[in-house]
Amino acid sequence: MSTATYAFEAEGLVKRFGDTLALDGVSLAAPRGSVLGVLGPNGAGKTTAVRILATLLRADAGRASVLGMDVVRDAAEVRRAIGLTGQYASVDEDLTGTENLVLIGRLLDLSRADARATARALLERFDLTEAADRVAKTYSGGMRRRLDLAASLVGRPAIIYLDEPTTGLDPAKRDDVWQIVRGLVDDGVTVLLTTQYLEEADALADEISVIDHGRVIAHGTPAELKHRVGGQSLVVRPRDPAHLAEVARILARVARREPDSPRRGVLSVPVASDAALGDVVGRLGAAGIAVTELSLSLPSLDSVFFQLTGRRTAGDGEDDEDADAGQAPTVITTPRSEEAVA
Amino acid sequence: MTAVTLPPGADPALGVRPFPLVRHSLSLAYRTILRIRRTPEQLFDVTFQPIIFIVLFVYLFGGAIAGSTQAYLQYVLPALMVQTVLFSSMTIGVNLNSDIGKGVFDRFRSLPIPRSAPLVGAVLGDVVRYLVSIVVIIGFGYAIGFRVQTDPARTALAALVLVVFSLCLCWVSVLIGMLVRDPGAVQGISFMLMFPLTFGSNMFVPVETMPGWLQAWVHVNPVTHLTETVRSLMIGGPVVWPLAQTLLWSAAILAVFAPLAVRAYRRRA
Repeated sequence: MSTATYAFEAEGLVKRFGDTLALDGVSLAAPRGSVLGVLGPNGAGKTTAVRILATLLRADAGRASVLGMDVVRDAAEVRRAIGLTGQYASVDEDLTGTENLVLIGRLLDLSRADARATARALLERFDLTEAADRVAKTYSGGMRRRLDLAASLVGRPAIIYLDEPTTGLDPAKRDDVWQIVRGLVDDGVTVLLTTQYLEEADALADEISVIDHGRVIAHGTPAELKHRVGGQSLVVRPRDPAHLAEVARILARVARREPDSPRRGVLSVPVASDAALGDVVGRLGAAGIAVTELSLSLPSLDSVFFQLTGRRTAGDGEDDEDADAGQAPTVITTPRSEEAVA
Repeated sequence: MTAVTLPPGADPALGVRPFPLVRHSLSLAYRTILRIRRTPEQLFDVTFQPIIFIVLFVYLFGGAIAGSTQAYLQYVLPALMVQTVLFSSMTIGVNLNSDIGKGVFDRFRSLPIPRSAPLVGAVLGDVVRYLVSIVVIIGFGYAIGFRVQTDPARTALAALVLVVFSLCLCWVSVLIGMLVRDPGAVQGISFMLMFPLTFGSNMFVPVETMPGWLQAWVHVNPVTHLTETVRSLMIGGPVVWPLAQTLLWSAAILAVFAPLAVRAYRRRA
């Protein structure tokens, strides 16, 4: 089958909930063994697309397939191939970790003994052995997320859908989840990851589809997206802030455009080629200006998103007070309503 | 991080076995039992609550209604059994609604199991609750002087008829659970429906004491026939005609509400 090179493939998905057009012709695809990041703000249609690919929802138009199997016609086979974790697929809070996983094993037709063995192995893998016999209600946010992940792995799926797996987790817990995702990829699993965090898509995804208002507005590798939007820019921080004006003049001469100041004491200017770096180094040396920072950087995904949608993301470092904004995941917020769910 | 090593034969693709609906529904019914074991408070409405009702009705109203508390106990205990089980058949809609809200159903539905298995499993799991309440009520009744005047076989039949009727009626609750957004609202609507069904019947007082318009309702009310059947099977009386009417009603309720509920479920979940 020609589609079999793709682990999953969606073409022209349209889904309407009442008056809301949740998906307006979304196409997504990921080669086997890769991670596709689906990036977009709340209400962009990410969850709706995942639910269609997971056979939980039928598209009004378009088609989707998993390992070459149609999600509507071959729904049962598709369900054998996928694991689902996320906002709307959860474990039973009133059962223990073990009971949850054994139940899922039994529903996947494992024998009682195999279901138990699988549950034990997964709980160990996700560092939940000590909590195995506690009711999931008592788990912390990070433990819950790990149990959710474990639950989606019981059937050893070839493809895993992770719908906003780190939303609401603190940075340390988020890193745990990232490690788990990387581990899955090492095992050859294909991952569909939806996220509102630009940083997360950048860190995990091989390719990113940016989705907004039910449409894919850009697709490519993280580097491609960055290049497409603005190429690279040169960033300079003089040791003595008094030199800022002089540095600005040098940068303007090299780049033939006015630099701007992304942070206090720092100047940045888009440049056409790597050669500009040497040029600037030479001119700064000639002027006797010492710098504490001098780099050629790709634009952040924040600015990618701004270029693509014309909307700012919250806390993207525009504000000087936001010096530590980089610590927390950057959340794209829009004033629009919550994502419509069935 | 250690690799997951599954025992041989654990590949789910190889584990396809017959009768998936029955097997998976039973696995999911077992989930209900596990939940009860983890949170026994869930059984409050089928254990302490009926005991409170028995005490209340027998000792507070019994003398006034039947002349003696003991005579009223014989009359009202089978009715309280019916009332408790019927009310408990209404909790399924609340549970399913909250399962869907929390995303538990999405997980089940992303698994290769028959689509209706989570629904059927939940319905079957509730049989446990029905049986618990029947045992508690008869047990407590015996402790305070209730005596079956027929025989154990007929009493068992009474319990069976009650469970069958409840399994049919619970689809009304399932339907409400699928149509209403919030679990609290499901509970409110279900209870609003149950009050005319249970109190507007022959459960607590003889029908002859009621005004004509109320008698008219009581005679149509399926719960009246169910109560008469259960009562007759436990303390004696005509069985055949009320039993036939009860079974007809059960079939009718099931035929109307189960398909509606399943359709609403497919649309909602």
